[in-house]
Order: sequence, then C-alpha cells, then structure tokens
Amino acid sequence: MDGAGQPALALDDRGLPADRLLEAYRQMVTIRRFEERALDLYRAGELRGSTHPYIGMEAVAVGVCLALEPGDYISSTHRGHGHTIAKGGDVRRMMAELLGRATGYSGGKGGSMHIADLDRKMLGANGIVGGGIGLAAGAALTAKLQRTGAIAVSFFGDGALNQGVLHEVSNLAAIWSLPVVFVCENNQYAMSAAAAWTIAGGDPAKRAAGYGIPGVTVDGMDVEAVARAARQLVARARRGEGPSYLIASTYRFVGHHAGDPLNYRPKDEAERWRARDPIRLLGERLVARGMATADDLAAIDAEAVARIDDAVAFAKASPPPTVDQLLTDIYA
Amino acid sequence: MVTTSERQAPAPASAGDERLLTYAQALNEALREEMRRDPTVFVMGEDVAAWGGGGVFGVTRGLADEFGTERVRDTPISEEAIVALAVGAAAAGSRPVVELMYVDFVGLAMEPLVNQAAKLRYMFGGKVSVPLVLRTQQGAGRGNAAQHSQSLEAWFCHVPGLKVVTPSTPADAKGLLVSAIRDNNPVVFLEHKLLYGTRGYVPAGEYAIPLGVADIKRPGRHVTVVGIHMMVLKALQAAEQLAEEGIELEVIDPRTLVPLDEAAIVASVKKTGRLIVTHEAVTRAGYGAEIVARVVELAFDYLDAPPLRVCGKNVPVPYSAVLEEAALPQVADLVAAARALVRGAA
Ligand SMILES: Cc1ncc(C[n+]2csc(CCOP(=O)(O)OP(=O)(O)O)c2C)c(N)n1
Repeated sequence: MDGAGQPALALDDRGLPADRLLEAYRQMVTIRRFEERALDLYRAGELRGSTHPYIGMEAVAVGVCLALEPGDYISSTHRGHGHTIAKGGDVRRMMAELLGRATGYSGGKGGSMHIADLDRKMLGANGIVGGGIGLAAGAALTAKLQRTGAIAVSFFGDGALNQGVLHEVSNLAAIWSLPVVFVCENNQYAMSAAAAWTIAGGDPAKRAAGYGIPGVTVDGMDVEAVARAARQLVARARRGEGPSYLIASTYRFVGHHAGDPLNYRPKDEAERWRARDPIRLLGERLVARGMATADDLAAIDAEAVARIDDAVAFAKASPPPTVDQLLTDIYA
Repeated sequence: MVTTSERQAPAPASAGDERLLTYAQALNEALREEMRRDPTVFVMGEDVAAWGGGGVFGVTRGLADEFGTERVRDTPISEEAIVALAVGAAAAGSRPVVELMYVDFVGLAMEPLVNQAAKLRYMFGGKVSVPLVLRTQQGAGRGNAAQHSQSLEAWFCHVPGLKVVTPSTPADAKGLLVSAIRDNNPVVFLEHKLLYGTRGYVPAGEYAIPLGVADIKRPGRHVTVVGIHMMVLKALQAAEQLAEEGIELEVIDPRTLVPLDEAAIVASVKKTGRLIVTHEAVTRAGYGAEIVARVVELAFDYLDAPPLRVCGKNVPVPYSAVLEEAALPQVADLVAAARALVRGAA
C-alpha cells in the first residue's frame, strides 16, 4: 500500500466503530442527494455558471474528514460540495449559495464553485486547479507557528498533479515539516485528459519519494480504507512529522459538469466503476456486519432527501442579494 | 443574433462568398485555413482535441481530425509549461497557437508570457522573433463568478512586446486571427465568452484584417463611443435607442488595443466633440484610461465635455445575477452617459 515514500507507514486495518460508519453513510448519501438535486436545478436553469458534481467520489471526502478534528483545515477544488458537507457544512446555506441568495454562505457572491465555510475551517472551493494546495499548506504553517495543534488537508484532482504549484508547495512543506496532507482524488480524468496519459511515471504516489515524504495509494471507493489511511497520515502530521501524499483512486460517475459531452471515455469503464459504488459498498458492509438493516439504510436515505428538500425550499424562499451589497466585502 | 458585421461588409480583393457563421466557427475557419497554408502552425492547450471533438467552446472542433494530434495537441493542466514551451517553440521556428481555456488562468502563465515572450526579441537585440498566439476568452455575464469572468486586457497592454487583439464580430474574429498567426510577434488574442454564439457574415477563403486598424461599427455625429468586446454590441443597442431621440452615437471598435488606431479615434472625437469609453474590465487603471489620455493629449481642444468611462465596477465579478448585472456596464448606463454628455454640453 505504501508508495515509494520514505518512512514506511504501518497502516492499521481495524474497522471503524458502528456509529462512525453510520455517520459516514449518512454523509455520503447526503452528498449524493445534494449533487443530484444541484444537477436538476442546473438543468432547470435555476443555477447559473457551472456545477461540478462529486457523484461517485463521496468516500474520499467523507473518509478523510472522518480522520479530522473540527479545528483542522481543508481546502477544496472546483468540485467542492462533497468536501463542505463532509466537513459539517450546512446544506441550507450551500443550496442558497447555489441559487445566488443572500442567505447563502457567500451572500450569493460565490456560487457553486466558491462554496466556503470558514467557521468549519473549510477554506473554500476554488476555480483555479491547484489553487487550494498552497492555501492548505499556508494554513498548516499558521497552525505550526501558533502551535494550535491543527493540521490541514488539501483536496485536489489528478489534473492538479501537473500544476507547478504542487511541486513548489510539496517541497516547501517537506523542508518545513508542515502539518499538511495532500489528498489527490484520482478520478482518472481531468476534463477529457486521462490520468493514464497526463501523469508521467505511472504511479502518482511515487512522486512523494522525490520530496522524501510518504505517498500512500488507497481505494477511494472504500470509505473505511480511506479513513484508515487518512488517520495515519493525519496523526503523523499532528506529531510534527510533516506532509504526505494520499492518492485515492476513484471515479466521477457523471460528466465533469452538466455540459460534458463525455465522448472521451469508454462506456463500459464507467459501468465497471459504478459496480463499485462507494455508497452501496458501505451499505452492504453495514448490513453484513449487522450494524444496520436495509430498512435503516432506506431511512437514512429518506432523511437525506428530506434535508435536501428542506434546503431547496429554504433557498427558494430566501431573497436574492440587493444591489447595495455589490461593493461590500472587497476590503476588510 | 446577427451582429454589425452585416453592416460592415468587409470586401478584400481575394475574399470569396460571405456566409453567416458564428464567432466560434469564424475562429475555427481561421485556424483551419492557416494550418492548411502553413505547416509550421500548430495548436496546443487543455482539451483542444478530445473534448467534444475540439475545445470547450468548440473553436478547435474538427482540427484534430484533419491535422492529427501531432499538430493539435491536448496538454495536461500545466499553464506555465504550455506557454513556456510555446515561446521556445516559436523562437525555434514554429507558429504555435496556444489556447488558454479562461483568461483567468493566465496568472499561472504570466512569467513565460511577460518575461520571456514579450522581451526575448528586445533583450537579444532583434536576433529572435516569437511568433506565438495566445488565444483565450474573457468576460462576464454567465454567472461564472470571480475567477472565471475577468476582463484582463489591460494587463497585457501594459507589457511592451505584446500585441493585444479583441474582436467583437465573427468577421473580425476570422480576419484578425489570421493576421495574429502571421504576425512575427507574440499576440494575446482575447475572445469573449458571450460572443461565441453570435452570428455574422464572414468572407470565405483568404481574409486577413491588419492589426492596428479600427472599425467604425456605426457612424454618428454627437458622441464617439469606443467599445471593447461585448460593449461594442451594447453600444450599438444604445445607439439604436438614442437615435429615436435624435442623439447619434458613433460606435468605434478599435479591434486591436496594441497597436491602437488612435488616428481613427481622434478623427471621430474631432467630429463629435464627445467621448465615452466602455469596457467590462474594471474602470480603475483599465484600458479606457489609456484611450482617454490619448484623446486628451491629441484632441483636447476639440472636446466639448470631459470624456466619460462607462466600465466595470471596481469589484471582483459576483455570482448572483442581480449583482453581476450591477457590476457590469449596461446599455442603460451608456444611454444615460450619452444623454448627460450631450445635454450638459448644449
Ligand atoms: C489553472 C486552471 N486551468 C484550467 C482550469 C479549467 N479546468 C477546470 S476543472 C479542470 C479539470 C480538473 O481536473 P482534476 O484536477 O483532475 O479534478 P477533477 O475535475 O477531475 O475533480 C480544468 C482543466 C482551471 N479551472 N484552472
């Protein structure tokens, strides 16, 4: 499981306790339902700009955030809804932001691509690929300087592996031993660019070796596996042992965004990944271990749908921002 | 939407029939014809080949089929490397046309663009040329929020060594892209995301518009309006409205900001005595300030009123529709400004 990173990590393989796993299931289902609804709203013309669904990738955000404390920071990508929900974000304020309402997280100024919840140490979705990598490392630097004990996680895609900023930040984080975990969500594509041909050297985890830090690859469809690996790397960071790479192999089940022609990937490939739907995998495991019944899972799903219904109703009942808000928030 | 290029009727000697094309199709035609004509031209950028058969805005559609993926190269997400390689490739004898999906990402590629592309020739005493085109799109109006809606033309205009092109019609888009590709200098070729679907008549076949020649999109007597990109279309709408009350706007599209056809602008101001400059980019330190400065320097005595800028508010572009509309100059703002200029001076 270890990449060619230096200090070998003894990954523990204990399962997670039932309450944590049920909570993980609840969050993953909430993300899925949120995303499905966001796509519906986009297609109905109620959502502007763009929306990038996280469908299929839920186990990564939820697994990593299971390993975090409330005071730990995360930075996100253009695909930020899942990370926000996993960090405890409020779906009402998220939905209101998507619909451009004054009650949204950013008062309607940011939209889907800039979802942020600073109270929950979520440093925002980002429209610039790789834009969050330095932000997370910077938060880790503050944590180190102020001795808060917090760590930071940067989520980014396989596409961002080829952004120069990752190299510079990885090097700096390693020489300064910053408490940051770089989580690459390898969903196999950056828009139409297949990871298989854009990433030199084959295994992205191997790149960690160049910085003398651990690089761990994990099954990103298995929330427990993600959580276990993240727990190790987070603990390591918290002990002051520095940064690491966690590469989660996953897949986006739908297009990059609603207008994706999806002409660049084989159909049967998507079907193969869908057969390992992270939500179904976890559900089956919960039932097999006697941690939940099928009815319990159905109830969790119904609850998630109700939460999203409520969020949409809240958003739609909220007013849009007024024009006098245009020039606020530029300077502190 | 049929744009002003209908009125414009460009008729170079070698032009064939004109067809109604979208701005995106016109750009595609320019690329295709130049690639056929000159084997040193190649295209590279993110998602220019595989995505939907060619680019997220369809500008490179079908090019990979015709020219292969050697000459139409999809790249990883590595803006600095893409532009840096394009500079080197150009210095070594190719004519690369690089696509940057959104101008906002140029932040990552400013080093090779500003410190390499723009300066190599000068620093080396004229011993090298860098015939590179950086195509990208800018502009707001679609709810893409602050990191995908900027208009950054002023950044590039400030750098000696770069040329900057901003077509507003399909015919201009084709003719100017052809000239940009043939130019022996680095050219930043800025498109506007809301213009891709607009339609206009475009000459078939060999058709180049020289850089540095403005176009009068509508003649008028009372106020000169110099507009960039979408603001040309909005100025034309304002002109229609004001014509009903007897105010005639002369709408000028500089088409290229570097080099700038200042003679055309000055001649117009000498006729009208009044100037409005309009662009989506934020007002402060925008290109409008440059145009106003030049007019003040060259035609101060002809001005009957202080020049006005009707430009973007000094704010990042917000997401919400009401706020985005308020951040951008609108037709009503142009109408009000023109009325104030004419009545104030009367
Ligand atoms: C610097 C920059 N370049 C290009 C883009 C356009 N873009 C947005 S998302 C994307 C693909 C990102 O792929 P990846 O990092 O793998 O994340 P994924 O979308 O797969 O989650 C691209 C090219 C951008 N937003 N920022």
